[in-house]
Amino acid sequence: MIGTFIAFTLNGRPVTLPAGTSPTTSVLDWLRASGLTGTKEGCAEGDCGACTVVLEEAGGARTPINGCLAMLGQMQGRAIRTVEGLRGPDGAPHPIQRAMAESDGTQCGFCTPGIVMTAWAHAREGGEVHEALAGNLCRCTGYRPILEVFETLADDGAPAPALPDPAPARFEAPGQVFHLPATLPELLALRAAHPEAWLLAGGTDLGLRVSDHREKPPAIICLLNVPELHRLEATSGAIEAGAAVPYARLLALFRREAGFGPYAALLARLGSRQIRGLGTLGGNLGTASPIGDALPPLLALGATVTLASQAGTRTLPVADFLLGYRKNALAPGEVILSVTLPRPVPDALFACEKISKRHDQDIATVGAALLVRIEGGMVAEARLAFGGVGPTVARAARAEAALIGRAFDEGAVNDAAEALMQDIAPLSDWRGTAAYRRLVAQGLLRRLHLRATQPDMPADIMEVV
Amino acid sequence: MDGSLPRRGAGAALRHDSALKHTTGEARFADDASEAPGTLHAALVLSTIPHGTVTALHLDEARAMEGVVAILGPRDIPGKNDIAAAGSGEPLFADPLVEFAGQPLAMVLATTRDQALRAAAAVRAEIAPLDPVLSIEAGLERQQYVVAPQTMRRGDVAAALAAAPRRMEAEFRAGGQEHFYLEGQIAVATPGEDGDIAVVSSTQHPSEGQHVVARVLGCDYNRVTVTCRRMGGGFGGKESNASWVAAAAALGARATGRPVKLRLARRADMIATGKRHPFLYRWTAGFDGSGRITALRALLAADGGWSLDMSGGVVFRAITHAVNCCDVPDVEITGCAVKTNTVSHTAFRGFGGPQGALLMEDVVHRVAAACGLPPDVVRARNFLGSGGNSDELPYGQKVEGDLIARVWAEAKRDSEWDRRRGEIAAFNARHPTLRRGLGSMVLSFGISFGIMHLNQAGALVHVYTDGSIRLNHGGTEMGQGLFIKIAQVVSDVFGTDLERVAITATSTAEVPNTAPTAASTGSDLNGWAAHNAAMTIRDRMADVAATRWGIAPADVVFADNRVWAERAGSNRFLEFGELAKLCFLERVSLSSTGYYRTPDIHWDPKAMRGNPFFYFSYGAAVSEVVVDTLTGEHRCLRTDIVQDCGRSLNPAVDRGQIEGAFVQGMGWLTCEELWWDQGGRLRTVGPSTYKIPGSRDVPPAFSVRLLEGAPARSETIFRSKAVGEPPLLLAISVANAIKDAIGVEGLDLPATPERVLMAIRAKG
Repeated sequence: MIGTFIAFTLNGRPVTLPAGTSPTTSVLDWLRASGLTGTKEGCAEGDCGACTVVLEEAGGARTPINGCLAMLGQMQGRAIRTVEGLRGPDGAPHPIQRAMAESDGTQCGFCTPGIVMTAWAHAREGGEVHEALAGNLCRCTGYRPILEVFETLADDGAPAPALPDPAPARFEAPGQVFHLPATLPELLALRAAHPEAWLLAGGTDLGLRVSDHREKPPAIICLLNVPELHRLEATSGAIEAGAAVPYARLLALFRREAGFGPYAALLARLGSRQIRGLGTLGGNLGTASPIGDALPPLLALGATVTLASQAGTRTLPVADFLLGYRKNALAPGEVILSVTLPRPVPDALFACEKISKRHDQDIATVGAALLVRIEGGMVAEARLAFGGVGPTVARAARAEAALIGRAFDEGAVNDAAEALMQDIAPLSDWRGTAAYRRLVAQGLLRRLHLRATQPDMPADIMEVV
Repeated sequence: MDGSLPRRGAGAALRHDSALKHTTGEARFADDASEAPGTLHAALVLSTIPHGTVTALHLDEARAMEGVVAILGPRDIPGKNDIAAAGSGEPLFADPLVEFAGQPLAMVLATTRDQALRAAAAVRAEIAPLDPVLSIEAGLERQQYVVAPQTMRRGDVAAALAAAPRRMEAEFRAGGQEHFYLEGQIAVATPGEDGDIAVVSSTQHPSEGQHVVARVLGCDYNRVTVTCRRMGGGFGGKESNASWVAAAAALGARATGRPVKLRLARRADMIATGKRHPFLYRWTAGFDGSGRITALRALLAADGGWSLDMSGGVVFRAITHAVNCCDVPDVEITGCAVKTNTVSHTAFRGFGGPQGALLMEDVVHRVAAACGLPPDVVRARNFLGSGGNSDELPYGQKVEGDLIARVWAEAKRDSEWDRRRGEIAAFNARHPTLRRGLGSMVLSFGISFGIMHLNQAGALVHVYTDGSIRLNHGGTEMGQGLFIKIAQVVSDVFGTDLERVAITATSTAEVPNTAPTAASTGSDLNGWAAHNAAMTIRDRMADVAATRWGIAPADVVFADNRVWAERAGSNRFLEFGELAKLCFLERVSLSSTGYYRTPDIHWDPKAMRGNPFFYFSYGAAVSEVVVDTLTGEHRCLRTDIVQDCGRSLNPAVDRGQIEGAFVQGMGWLTCEELWWDQGGRLRTVGPSTYKIPGSRDVPPAFSVRLLEGAPARSETIFRSKAVGEPPLLLAISVANAIKDAIGVEGLDLPATPERVLMAIRAKG
């Protein structure tokens, strides 16, 4: 037999796909072709949320994801629920479906199934409503009635369904092979043998190439089942995160761990719940985008990245890993194993900033992570990292130097802001002109000073109530 | 909402008829129906350069690809290669002149959508480039127009400007807007016998779709049926643009004899379909120290894009709304749409009205700054019909000045204006970097199509012998709640529960020769048409009942699902269904069409004078923002709205329209930015780069109130008023609040964080 069959649970029932099904078919396309047309395509780029379906995790957690980005191969051994699967056994609409209908939460209705699925997950997971809804766009209602429903959601208490056996697997379709290694040695052997294969973690970036650009990759190595890549540990000195840990898990941990609050607040704006349910820090490092939203804090914290290959492992600073525009230090046969984030010293000033056209679910025009440690009234350490202002996320060495050894006062900040202009080389595009990016980068230094000197004042617009 | 509202019929706050189907995923959109066997999928080949001549299309590679059945270009069109909504000369496929980046060149038909998309990407076009025109300024310089300048005049502007104690001039601009309906453009065309074509189309204008399909196929209109049950959003984007998508699908069906589905991927949709018109404004005003504006000369230049589309109507509405709610005695407003090598801009909620109103707001704010007065005071000083000002617009139509003054007074009161002014000043004095600001907006929006003949509608109502009712009309449902409103009208006429009225898909085969569902007129026009159809049947039924009971037909009462002699609750009655059956036995028709045309409207396009609007809708809003002067980021904290809906047909639906329009308008003016590169290619082509408001962008304090006790003074359906577009203008209050916060009087729009920061820096 060639490979195995993709098996998952759909709306509580086991599904096994026929041999030869393309493992890179999006969940959305497959659902719709199967007659489950409640799930809609609004954008095919993981942004509008009309395709939202929910992963029902073992243990009962509910993770909303974008059906347009998730590939069938990634669903192996998992459980998905769609809007059609919310009805009760008697066929009655779910209370959330009733509530949304009765509260004028729908107008054209096209975004609605996705919003209902987000609500169903939110009813269990809780949290802030805008954070929950950030991954669902509605063009008709102005959101007010939807928000009102979100404020009153109740968990239905339904248990997670049984999950099929996530057995080690390899799926083949004409011209395609999809590997799901279950151990690190297996992964490293596959990586060595298939240097051209896509390394698929969450697929929020690669999924776009399938969903939006309609690519059909010949080989994929999916990292979902490699336990070493899913470890997440907090020690007294650091957090160590496996490369394939989804942002959602990181965010939950960062929120609990001392010193990581600003990074958590930044991650809460990275994509949406749907994106964070799949996307990973390892993926963000792997693409080495100049505006990788999660990356500036890694530089500010002095994080290291550990790479693995059949030859062994090596650890290097993130700064040495990011080599240039979409270029990283991975050697052939290597994968990112984990990231180690040192805990910021308790008395350091640490701020993570992101300036974008929209607060939620946007890509940064300018991102920044600014860490300043003051000893005896003088700046002892400054680690100022920026994204969106050069070919790669990078620290601003001249600006840092302008601060070191001085009181953290307006004069020093002005000098640092001036020096910063030599550190960065932004471009102009649809997110902003180079001139604007320069001004914003300077403004963020000043905002850090405001945070430091006027802690009881709102430092940004979101803090104003 | 108001507990005294009726439970059913007109005026009841009933939920959208499809609400539960929306939330369960059962509601079928055009892409949701199961595909007929043999259905082909279409994908468009689009130009990547803005101006040039096609010298060759290399199709061999694409033709050889798996699943490809046909590739169609201009030579394969049996009728006319012309999809113009108004006028002519707008090709479906460029031939050979390419006039914008994103223009369709050809269409691939394949067995699967993936195959079609891949093959379309493999078509290589050779285009000899020509010099493109990519800005309004360049178009003006070359005097290259799709709508030539036209001027509305009153009085003697030159003399009035010369006589005015003070004068100023300014220039500013407002960007366009992508509709971003969640459901992209789609049509499914199925060939039938005798050359028939049935098209399921996501369209606001089935009749135009029918006409354009017939023109492209070269057949009679009666061979083409266009149907639409619902759209996943329209906002004006599914008027003319839906028609060419339908025509392309129909062409594929005609060429292959198989059903063809054309669904534009988001990227193609954003590149190939028109948007709200961007505008450039230049004006000179004369005023006195009290802020009274006595003279205004203005140019409103729209970017029409490469073709006419509906730019004529947009320019008309911009001109007629340029003074908005203000009286300017001597005025000269020139409007035009320049021709550029950009996608052809089209209808978008407000249709030039919002862009027109921006002019007066800019004038009011700059004049206020010059006079050292608050802008809201200057606006009110110039209100039509207030304080001795005339209530007549420059083109001769009068407005209800008392309602303008009233909506503003109520919004100002609701917003606690004076108290918050003080709070904001205190905050701004204290905070080193953040600035709060308060802005207002008052609107006066004319209701009716600017093209007079479109102000008509038809309906078709059947009563069956069990008393169930089937309703059909020319209006389309795009989420705005039109179907429920019209069903409420019909159930009101028959005195039955709403559940007795079946809502059905719009179809050119049921109600022909219709106007688009647009210009906020859907309920006004179709409501009356359906009312008239239902009344015709009810009158016939009343005759039958009256004869049976020996009373006058006027004494037959339809209420509570029954028909009563003399009064509801009397002891002589028939169930509604019983009477229907009786009518059948008496050989009385239970089916009727209904027709309506708006009375008393006229427009002289040469003189630019007339009474083009049946009535005006009024509204006012106050918004508060906070701006970060370090980054330009801003956020709306609170909005208070008072909107005139006459005697609302459905307050729940109307509230939804007001909130949705406001947030959409806020997007247009703040975060939604269309960005073309220097090569004329749009680069904001999906929601990852084009940012519409999300839930957090809605003001956390958001009060919406329908103006109370203000039934329409014109004879509208149940004295209700249109609501689809007017409240979009209220979002201008947010832009005004940003100006207030940062202390500038003029600001180009959208007020993205970048524009705001640059305005702050320019001010110094």
